[in-house]
Amino acid sequence: MFRQPARLKEAYDVVIIGGGGHGLAAAYYLARDYGITDVAVLEKGYIGGGNTGRNTAIVRSNYLTVEGVKFYDESVRLFAELSQDLDLNLFYSQRGHFTLAHADSTLRTMRWRAEVNKHLGVNSYLVTPEEIHKICPYIDLNCGGRTPIVGALYHPPGSVVRHDAVAWGYAREADRRGVEIHQKTLVTGIDLRDQRVVGVQTDRGYIRTNKVLSAVAGYTPRITRMLGLRTPLVIQPLQACVSEPLKPWLDNIVVSANLHIYVSQSARGELVMGASLDPYELHSERSTLDFAEGFADHLLDLFPFLYDVKVNRQWAGMSDMTPDYSPIMGTTPIHGFYLDAGWGTWGFKATPVCGTTMAYTVAKGRNHELISAFNLDRFKNFSLVGEKGAASVGH
Amino acid sequence: MKLLRCPVNGLRPLSEFLFGGEVREMPAAETAADDEWADYVFNRQGEPGVRKEWWYHTASGTWFIAERDNLKDEFVRTYLYSPGATAAEAK
Repeated sequence: MFRQPARLKEAYDVVIIGGGGHGLAAAYYLARDYGITDVAVLEKGYIGGGNTGRNTAIVRSNYLTVEGVKFYDESVRLFAELSQDLDLNLFYSQRGHFTLAHADSTLRTMRWRAEVNKHLGVNSYLVTPEEIHKICPYIDLNCGGRTPIVGALYHPPGSVVRHDAVAWGYAREADRRGVEIHQKTLVTGIDLRDQRVVGVQTDRGYIRTNKVLSAVAGYTPRITRMLGLRTPLVIQPLQACVSEPLKPWLDNIVVSANLHIYVSQSARGELVMGASLDPYELHSERSTLDFAEGFADHLLDLFPFLYDVKVNRQWAGMSDMTPDYSPIMGTTPIHGFYLDAGWGTWGFKATPVCGTTMAYTVAKGRNHELISAFNLDRFKNFSLVGEKGAASVGH
Repeated sequence: MKLLRCPVNGLRPLSEFLFGGEVREMPAAETAADDEWADYVFNRQGEPGVRKEWWYHTASGTWFIAERDNLKDEFVRTYLYSPGATAAEAK
């Protein structure tokens, strides 16, 4: 789908570290919208092999903060037309997204979310247990009597997308415009002169450049350490799994904040399922039985008839968590070094909008207005963006 | 099952413990510059390595310190907190 150049050039206008969806999208929009095609994307493994291929492929915009809702809504808009734009079928499938509430306190946060969403033009509203039953009759509303469902936030535009194809589509179209994609290329250092980027060291040679974009999610602290740049990021694994294929029965995406699970059914019939973060910091993509046990326990509260369904695959990704559940994006104190990080459990759905806003930021050297609230300096200034609408946040 | 040695109760299943984050030195609140204080409040050592961390044994209410390799997911040693304590003394 794209060229595989035999060697690195001596210099590029822009070097992008990380060949996941975010990095490749930024490369694509740099080429398409700004005519910047002398770009190298450096990927230590293979494209889309990190969190781009490890998430549960859900896209939605029913967040809580004004900054978050505007940002993710632009992403949903871009996703809806992305198959056309990239000339590749991404299997974009609008499903409707339920966030179930099992307690009054949860319902209160959801009412808040729904009002913020409506105010910003996002289709999102509260539904009663009866309405949930009508749209998705398979849920046990009583949850075995333990944690009865008292309502839900319903978000009709909620969708699933074939996540690998997003990386492939961006890669192919960026490549077609002249961007070089270098797989199996590890960045080992970034050279600075007077706090300005002058070059990148890799295990395949040295590159001169004045602009570096880091889009490496769980590996971000290893990159920022090369620069002596301190951030609030900590890494925790997020696990997910798929079941054996079943006949189609689940049209919607079902999330429970209280039970900490989310589930949808893929086009080939597998249930795609995830839960909350592993409970401590770890730089590993290992799977655990603890996750599978805890997850299955909660899933069966919602769908008891799945008791004999088998788990086919289980995996993990490394989430770069921020204290306010918002990303860290844009310029940094180092001239020519741009960050696209802090993607925790909410990164995949932001892929297109990260591409457009980071391309703008790298091309112009100043932050796009949609991401200015997400700058690294918000911590120094004590102006956080508390995003309680993020996945894995309990209420 | 993964096990962790509580300095008071011995080897117990990891599910009995809670992670309390990196052990950090608090700067003097009265004299710290704003930047220094913000750095203390928010910034962390995010890159992999052997870290000193707070852990809590929920069954007995014991806070203690564990040194852990967060790349290999291996505990190196655990000991009770005492100001200025070193790992060697705590063993």
